[in-house]
Amino acid sequence: MPRRHFLVTASAAAVALSLPATARAASLAPTSSMRGGANNYRPGAPLVERLGSGFTVHGKVLRAADGRPLEGRRIQIWAATTLGGEREPRNHGSVLTRADGSFALEMEQIVPNFGQPHAHLAYDDGEFETVFLRPVMPSPRDTSVRADFVLA
Amino acid sequence: MIWAALVALIAVPVALATASPWLAYRGFAYITGGFAGIFALCLLLAQPLLAAGYLPGLRGPKGRLWHRRAGIALVTLTALHVAGLWVTSPPDTLDALLLRSPTPFSVWGFISLWGIAATALLVALRRKLPPRRWRWAHNALAALVVLATVLHAVQIEGAMELISKWTLCIAALAATVAALIDLRLLRR
Repeated sequence: MPRRHFLVTASAAAVALSLPATARAASLAPTSSMRGGANNYRPGAPLVERLGSGFTVHGKVLRAADGRPLEGRRIQIWAATTLGGEREPRNHGSVLTRADGSFALEMEQIVPNFGQPHAHLAYDDGEFETVFLRPVMPSPRDTSVRADFVLA
Repeated sequence: MIWAALVALIAVPVALATASPWLAYRGFAYITGGFAGIFALCLLLAQPLLAAGYLPGLRGPKGRLWHRRAGIALVTLTALHVAGLWVTSPPDTLDALLLRSPTPFSVWGFISLWGIAATALLVALRRKLPPRRWRWAHNALAALVVLATVLHAVQIEGAMELISKWTLCIAALAATVAALIDLRLLRR
């Protein structure tokens, strides 16, 4: 088979294969709660600008039905930091998502707690199903951790 | 020589754990619970050495007496470990005790906890069981407890320093295997 013909066929096949994938991207699999995600949650943690400095918890919130970003949704974030454990009120705060569905909260450095350095995030506003996440950091020296929500 | 090695194997990891930067951000109950776990791990190195009479000055009946005392201390430290974690975070501790925890090392902690409780029960029933069967059960539980505790400890990111923690764990496993082979196969 001539090389040129092969390339054309291969490209056409690639486009054909990726088309259904593009169509599928419209609806996303909803995020499930993680085990232990709700531990030490404080319902109604107030909206905050920041909880400290040096460490960023961030992510994105999308709607499962059409994959669109959700703006103005409240995400609660808490973790054990240099200020104290997960039950320390200064380690709890909520933020609202921006127009592109993204959110970020700067807090004090997260330290290993119960054997792992990890954060907790919650979506619990009633419109969509409640989701509690518990992302683990690969290293306790990391200065950011990411967790995304696909709500249904 | 043996005593010096034992003291070093225990003192170095404990000293390094007391220097851990994480301790500054933890409460009294968490630190107490954590160190109770570390001391319990240290006892798992001493227990087989006492049982097999490897420690000069503590051989024979004296060694067995201290083996029993160390056993009581082990049960106390395990209770303190769980209690300290409970005060620090009841939901995390409950998850671990109910096997709902997302952390794999919690399962080994659970196995070790109930292995130690079963050993305590077995010690209480010593006179009611035939000695041969009692010894077999005690050895099997001891091997399980040491293995589960080591798997629990090495997976945890906590106050213990990595190399000294691994050294202590490998020493505890080696002492357990050596004592079991010596007592049950060679000296039978």
